[in-house]
Amino acid sequence: MNRTLIIAILTLALLGPALPAKPAGKMIQIKGSDTMVNLVQILAEEYMGKTPGAAIAVLGGGSGTGITGLINQTCDIADHSREWKQKEIDQAWEKGVTPRFIVVAVDGLSIVVNEKNPIDQLTMTQVGALYRGEIKNWKTLGDFQKPVSLYGRQSNSGTYVFMQEFVLGNKNYSPDMKEMNGNAQIVEGLIQDEGAVGYVGVGYLYDENRQIRKGLKILKISKEPNGTGYLPTDKAAVDSGAYPISRPLYMATNGKPKADVARFLGWIVGPEGQAIVEREGFFTIGEGKYKADNDKAFK
Amino acid sequence: MRGRNIREAVIRAFFFASGILAVLVLVGIFLTLVTTAVPAFREIKIGEFLTKTAWDPTSPEEPEYGILSMVVSTLLVTGGALLLAVPIGIAVAAYLSDVAHWRVREVLKPVVEILAGIPSVVIGFLGLVLVGPALARIFHTGNGLNALNGSILLAVMALPTIISISEDSLNAVPKAYNEASLALGGSRWQTLWRVKLPAGLSGIIAAVMLGMGRAIGETMTVLMATGNARAFPHGLLSSVRTMTADIAIELGEVPYYTTHYYALFAIGLVLFIITFAVNLVADLVLHKYQEREQ
Repeated sequence: MNRTLIIAILTLALLGPALPAKPAGKMIQIKGSDTMVNLVQILAEEYMGKTPGAAIAVLGGGSGTGITGLINQTCDIADHSREWKQKEIDQAWEKGVTPRFIVVAVDGLSIVVNEKNPIDQLTMTQVGALYRGEIKNWKTLGDFQKPVSLYGRQSNSGTYVFMQEFVLGNKNYSPDMKEMNGNAQIVEGLIQDEGAVGYVGVGYLYDENRQIRKGLKILKISKEPNGTGYLPTDKAAVDSGAYPISRPLYMATNGKPKADVARFLGWIVGPEGQAIVEREGFFTIGEGKYKADNDKAFK
Repeated sequence: MRGRNIREAVIRAFFFASGILAVLVLVGIFLTLVTTAVPAFREIKIGEFLTKTAWDPTSPEEPEYGILSMVVSTLLVTGGALLLAVPIGIAVAAYLSDVAHWRVREVLKPVVEILAGIPSVVIGFLGLVLVGPALARIFHTGNGLNALNGSILLAVMALPTIISISEDSLNAVPKAYNEASLALGGSRWQTLWRVKLPAGLSGIIAAVMLGMGRAIGETMTVLMATGNARAFPHGLLSSVRTMTADIAIELGEVPYYTTHYYALFAIGLVLFIITFAVNLVADLVLHKYQEREQ
């Protein structure tokens, strides 16, 4: 990632003057991650309310869709919840697109079951085994006689790829996993299906009163067998990395953010934007590595 | 006089051009489909493509390109839909053409036709929040994201076509047939079952085929309601992924000009061939039937 950034910066320095300047006052087109679409939509609305003349359109479609959009220059910003694949970076270079990545929030991916499920805590290995299809019945893990019913995202989702790399150890998903069209559909499945287990971004677990939605149970996850489990809703655990399944959420631009886009992104990573990020159930970028990487991307 | 001739010629040319355009577009689509699908078989064996059940092109282990599960799922969902829609559709058509009071018909027919205008995403949503939970309760399967859910929704979507065209064809049966049957002492039921339905069969078959075409190509509804699991279906209560749903899921993010990209077009080609075969069979059946009639 850092090396890519350096290459990006160097090439940009060479190509920079040749890139066409964006006309001011144009609508900013944002496309990508479904995990981020609600958050970015709210950020855009608040920003437009405060900034006369700003016009921002936000679309979902999945991280892959956003990245393809940035490569084909059909959008100004790509939201993505996973890092770019080497293939995508190569394609971008071929088309003269030099992506810069800005971390706007941190997502704890939560493992959720139906509230009737008596299990409270799983290890990373157990979650992986569930999703690889190695555990067919909940009785293997606890006192619950029910077939496991797996819910996941579709392969165009960053969450799908993140989960596969991070939790499944780069192994295949069980072919019996139901592949849902979005986080909201997974949550609906989890509420109805007693044998269900699903993975969703923490932002989707709350109802309009900021309470965890009825019918859901978020599992504590531990790194090691017999280790302490943490909840993804525990901010301290996510910030310190004690909660094992967390990831940065990115907004990528073609080249250094400029003009309107730079102002919008600057506002998001600033105190006002981060306050909204926190309010929407995500974690802020903090003062550590993410902030340092962002500072580089803006330069 | 001259002016009229020129006008005639222009109009004729316009209709000719329209006809040719339709053919050209079709040929163009077919050629694009074939030329984009064929490169897939540089890396995938065509036999494995058609007979293997595992499909996982983005697998970090070993990409798999077998479409048999999806083909079977598509046929399962479509077949289920037709089993539901054909008897109901023909019954409603018969009711509208033979039984219903004309006032009832004046109301019911437009209502049925409005049903055809409901967007598929709305029907899919109903499958998710209404049909799915109901099926889960009836069959105790925990969830209702399965082939049966898709079949029920597709049946609802195919019904307006089947009803509307079947009814037209029943109405087109010459009145003399009806009167002759009644005059020979046939009951209304016998007249409908033994005379009018066979006489209108060509139109009814066309109606079923059109309904099937709608069902087999429908994407959004099945994408939302059937759960999209890739495993080979064990029955109507399995979560299934149809060919159309797979193309819709994966085409948006697939890197261009890769084996995966070409393979998706190959699925499209298979779907095209299936639809073509269905239409061809329907056409042959119709022809045979019409010959006998003459």
